[in-house]
Amino acid sequence: MAVTRDEPIKTDDFDVIGTSPVRHDGVDKVTGRALYGADIHLPGMAHGKVLRSPHAHAVIRAIDTSKAEALPGVVAVITGADFPDPGEHMTQAGEGGAQSIINKSADIMARGKAHYAGHPIAAVAARDLPTAEAALALIEVDYEVLPPVMSAEAAMAAGAPIIMPDLRTDEDGAELDGETNVSEHSVAEEGDLAAGFAAADFIIETEYFTSPVHQGYIEPMNGTAWWRGDGTLDIWGSSQGHFGIRGEVSELLLIPVSKIRVMPMEIGGGFGGKTTSYLEPLAAVLSRKSARPVKMTMTREEVLKATGPTPGTREKVKLGVSNAGKITAAHVNLYFEAGGFPGSVLGAGVITALSPYALENMRVDGYEVLVNKTHTGAYRAPGATMSEYAVETAVDEACERLGMDPTEFRLLNASQEGDLRVDGLPFPKMGTVETTRAIQDSAHWRTPLEPAAEPHLRRGRGMASGYWMNGGGMSSAQAIVNADGTVTLREGSMDIGGTRTSIAMQLAETLGIDVLDVIPVVPDTDSIAFTGVTGGSRTTYATGMAAQLAAEDVLRQMVAGLAEVWGVAADDIAYENSTFAAGDNAASFKEAAALLDDADILVTGKTSIAPTRPGPAIAVHAADVEVDIETGKVQILRYTAAQDVGTAIYPPYVEGQIQGGAVQGIGWALNEEYWYDDDGLLRNSTLLDYRMPTAPDVPMIDAVIVEVPNPGHPYGVRGVGEAPIVPPPAAIANAIYDAIGIRLRTLPMSPPRIIAALANNTKE
Amino acid sequence: MRAINYAAPTMVEDAVRILRENGAGARIFAGGTDLIVQVRENTRDVDVMVDAKGIEELTRVEIGADGSVTLGAAVPCYQIAGDDAIVAAFPGLIDAAGIIGGTAIQGRASLGGNLCNSSPAADGIPALIVHGATANIAGPDGRRSVAVADFCTGPGTNVLAAGEMLVSLTIPALVPNSGAHYLRFTPRNEMDIAVVGAGAQVVLDGDTIVSARIALGAVAPTPMYAAAADEALAGQPATEESYEAAAAAAQNAATPITDMRGTADFRNHLVAVLTKRALRGAVERAKGGAVNGR
Ligand SMILES: Cc1cc2nc3c(=O)[nH]c(=O)nc-3n(C[C@H](O)[C@H](O)[C@H](O)COP(=O)(O)OP(=O)(O)OC[C@H]3O[C@@H](n4cnc5c(N)ncnc54)[C@H](O)[C@@H]3O)c2cc1C
Repeated sequence: MAVTRDEPIKTDDFDVIGTSPVRHDGVDKVTGRALYGADIHLPGMAHGKVLRSPHAHAVIRAIDTSKAEALPGVVAVITGADFPDPGEHMTQAGEGGAQSIINKSADIMARGKAHYAGHPIAAVAARDLPTAEAALALIEVDYEVLPPVMSAEAAMAAGAPIIMPDLRTDEDGAELDGETNVSEHSVAEEGDLAAGFAAADFIIETEYFTSPVHQGYIEPMNGTAWWRGDGTLDIWGSSQGHFGIRGEVSELLLIPVSKIRVMPMEIGGGFGGKTTSYLEPLAAVLSRKSARPVKMTMTREEVLKATGPTPGTREKVKLGVSNAGKITAAHVNLYFEAGGFPGSVLGAGVITALSPYALENMRVDGYEVLVNKTHTGAYRAPGATMSEYAVETAVDEACERLGMDPTEFRLLNASQEGDLRVDGLPFPKMGTVETTRAIQDSAHWRTPLEPAAEPHLRRGRGMASGYWMNGGGMSSAQAIVNADGTVTLREGSMDIGGTRTSIAMQLAETLGIDVLDVIPVVPDTDSIAFTGVTGGSRTTYATGMAAQLAAEDVLRQMVAGLAEVWGVAADDIAYENSTFAAGDNAASFKEAAALLDDADILVTGKTSIAPTRPGPAIAVHAADVEVDIETGKVQILRYTAAQDVGTAIYPPYVEGQIQGGAVQGIGWALNEEYWYDDDGLLRNSTLLDYRMPTAPDVPMIDAVIVEVPNPGHPYGVRGVGEAPIVPPPAAIANAIYDAIGIRLRTLPMSPPRIIAALANNTKE
Repeated sequence: MRAINYAAPTMVEDAVRILRENGAGARIFAGGTDLIVQVRENTRDVDVMVDAKGIEELTRVEIGADGSVTLGAAVPCYQIAGDDAIVAAFPGLIDAAGIIGGTAIQGRASLGGNLCNSSPAADGIPALIVHGATANIAGPDGRRSVAVADFCTGPGTNVLAAGEMLVSLTIPALVPNSGAHYLRFTPRNEMDIAVVGAGAQVVLDGDTIVSARIALGAVAPTPMYAAAADEALAGQPATEESYEAAAAAAQNAATPITDMRGTADFRNHLVAVLTKRALRGAVERAKGGAVNGR
C-alpha cells in the first residue's frame, strides 16, 4: 500500500502525542522480569563457543578437530566445511550496506583464509561452557601467516598484500581488471565542479583520518538455535530485526524462511550493530549436528574483536568559497575501510557528506577498501559521522577565513526543500534553517564563554551541523480490540528504544483511547507480517504509520459493526471525543467494544505498508570545551543539541535519543578508537581500554526540540535516533581549535594527539 | 573458567598452610577486583581461592603510639578513605585509595591486593612508596618485612615466595612540616587506568626542601621509586625551578613504553607534568594547606 498523504492530519491539539505515559516495558525492565537473549534455557541445551583466528591475515592450510570431537561432553564441532555455498547474490541486512551472501558466509565462518584476528575458524557445542572452551584448545589449525594490511592507504599502495585475490573493483557498476583491495569506487556528482572552483575566491583543502569505533551496546551478541528433526528451525536472539535474522539465516543455510521462526528477546542496545547475524547461523549448524538446542554468547572481547564497528576512514575535502560566504563547489574523497570483506556503509557516507548545504557544483568520490580488520557494520547514522566530520571541520576553516559566524554561514548555505542532494534527489521539507536558528538563539550560543581559571586551561566554543536521511521500508501492525475495550497492538518492529510506547501512542491518538489501554507486543516471525529491521530511524515513522492506519481500520470496522447492532447506516455514525454516536445511540470506545463482543462481531485492524517519505533529520550542536594544555585532556563544559524531530511523540524519549547520540559522538571525538599493534591485533578489546565516556565525563546535554512536521507522515513524524551522533566530532574539533588554535584532523582527539599537536606547533 | 575451590581460614597460619599445600594454584582472595577479573578472562588459573576477609589480622586497622598506621592487607579502600584519623594523618594515601575504580570497586578493593597484584599502573603503590611504607609478610618460614619500594619485581610479579602472603602494610607517621600527594592521568575521569601516576612526599624547613620522595606509576616494569628526583630536591628551595629539576630527573629515570594507553613520548611528557603537580600538592600540604579538600 503506497501512502501519499500530503499534509499531517493535525499537528497540534493532540491528546496522546506529546505526553509522557509510563512506558509499557518499564515495569518488566526495572523488576528484572524482562527476558534477554542470554536468559534462554531449553531442555538438553548445549553451549557453543567459537575458535577465532589469532592472526590478522593467514591462509588456513588445515584444521584438525578430531581431538576436540573425542573430548567427553562435546556434542558437535563445525568448520567452514559444514556450511553450504550460498551463491553470489547480494543481501541487505539493516543499514550495514549490501554485501554478497557468499562473503557474509565466509565472514561468520572462515573458508580457507583468516581475514582478521578474531575471524571464526571453528565452533564447538558441549554440555557446558568449560567443556566447550577446553575443546577449542584441542582444535589444531595449521596457518600460513601473511603480512597484514591495516589502513586504507597501505591497502591501496602498489604491491600491498592482497586480501581477496578474486576481488575486482566495482567502479560505478563496471568491473575493473586486476587484483586489488579496493572493492568499490562510486561517484556522485551534480553541476560543474571545475566552473564552481573557478568561481571561488578561495579554496580550503584538507585531509582527515578516523579510527573504527564500536557501537558499545552493553548486552553482548547472543543467539540460541534449535534445529528440529522435521527441518524447522527456532531461533532466539536479541537483534534489531528478527525478520532480518530469519532472512539472513535462510540465505546462509539455504532453508526457506517458512521453516525458520525467530523469537525476539529484549535487546540491551544495538545502535546499528545488531542488524546482522553472527552467532545464530553457527548455533543453527551446531544444533543440526548435535540434535540439541545450542546457545552461544560472546564475551566483550569477542564483541569488540569480531563484530562490525564503523569503518576507519581517510577523507579529503576541497571547498571553493566566495568572499560573500557561499560555497561555490565542493569535492570530497572518502576512503572507507570495509574490514576483511567487501560491503560497508560507504553509500550513506557519500550521500550525507555535503547534505547540510545547498550546492550547485559538487562531487563525492567514495572508495571502499579491504583491510585486515573485523568486517565493519552499521553504527548510528552509518557513514555520516565520519564524512560530515570532515566537511564540517573544513567549513569551520572557511568561516574563520571569512571572519563569519559559523551559524550565519550555515544559514546562508542551508539545504532546503527542492535543493538537490549529491545523488540528484531533491531534498524534501526539512528544518535546516529552523534548527540552525535554534542554536543561534540558544542561551548557550548567546552567552559568552567565561575564561578558564588557570593558565594551563584553555577554553573554546564550536558548532557543527549534521544531516541524516532517515529510512522508510516495510512495516506491519495489527490492532485487536478486546472485549474489555483494550487494544492489543501486534507490531513487527523490534523495540530497541521505547518504540512499543511511541507506536502505541500513535494508535491511541487515532483511536481516541488511553495509551495504557493499548497492549503492545512484538510477536515472533510466524505471528505478524514482515517488518524491516529497526534501523535507519524508521520505526516510529514507518511502524508508527502502520499502527495509525491499523487504528483507522479498527474505527471503520467498529462503525460497521455498530451500524449492524444499532440498525443504522454506517454513514450516520460519528466518532468524536471517544464516543460513537448515531441519533439516540451513543457508546464510548469501551462500551462499543463490549456491544460488538456481545454481538459476536470481532474487530482486528491491520496494515502492511512501505512508506517512502521518511523526511530527513537535521541536527545542529554547540560545544564548549576546556583543554588542559599540559595533559591534553579535553573536558566538555557545556553542550547543546538542537534537532528537527518532525513531531515529538514522546518528548523525553526524543531528548534521550538526542542526548544518547551526542554522548556517543563525544566518545568518538575524544577517546574511542580501535588500537591495533604492528601484527594487526586489537589491543584494547576491553571496556577498560576501549574508552567510552562514563557519566562523569559528560555534562548534561541540553536537548532543544525543533518541530518541522514531516508531510510524509500523518502526525508529522520523522526519525530521531541517528542524526544526533553526527555533529559532535566536528563541533568538538572546532571548539578545540577555538581553544588552542590547532586543527586536529585525526579522530579521536585523544590526549596524546593533542600533546603531540601542541609540541609540533611550538616547533614550527 | 571452571569450578574453583574456596577456602575461608580465620588464622594467618592456616592460610599459609593452604597456600603451601596447593602451590601456585592457590591465591589469596581479598576484594577480588583484580583476581576475579583475571580468572574470568583466563589470564590466571586458580584452583583454590583463599578468602582473606575472615582473618582478623588482615582486616584490622591499628594506629600506633608513634602515629604510624598498620592496615590489614584486606582492608577495603572505602574503609581507609572513611577513617577520619587516617584521612587527617595521611591525606596523600587517600589520594590513591579514593580514586581506585569508583565507589563500588572501593567497597571491595584493598591496598594489599593492589600491591600484591603488582601492576606497573597500580595507584596505591606509588603512594605507599612515597610514604615509606613496609609490607609485612607471613610464610612457611615465619614473618618478615620488606619495603614497599622493593616489593614488586616486574609486571605482576613480586618478592612473595611460595606459600607467602601479605599480612599488613605499615605506614610510618609523617614528620612535622611534611606533606604528600598522589595523582594520576587518565583520559576518562573515572573507571580508568593510570597512563602515568606520580606521588611525592616532602619535608620542609621554611621554604627549603629538606628531603623528598618521588614515585612513579606506569612508566617502568614496576611502580618505581625515583631516587634521582629526591637528590635533585634535597636542600633546594620549594620553587618551580626545583620542581623542574626534579621533573627532569624523574623523566630520566622513567622507561615508558607505547601501548594502547599512551605513547612513550606522551608518558614521558606526563612524567614531568605530574611530578611537578605532585610536588606542588605535597608542598601545599606540608605548609598546612589542603589539596582535594584534605
Ligand atoms: C572496574 C575496575 C576499576 C579499577 N580501577 C583501578 C584504579 O583506578 N586503580 C588501580 O590501581 N586499580 C584499579 N583496579 C584494580 C583493582 O581494583 C585494584 O588493584 C585493587 O586494589 C585490588 O585489590 P583487591 O582487594 O580487590 O585484590 P584481589 O583481586 O583480591 O587480589 C589481587 C591480587 O593480589 C593477590 N593478593 C591479594 N591479597 C593478598 C595477600 N594478602 N597476600 C598475597 N597475595 C594477595 C591476589 O591473589 C591477586 O593475585 C580496578 C579494577 C576494576 C575491576
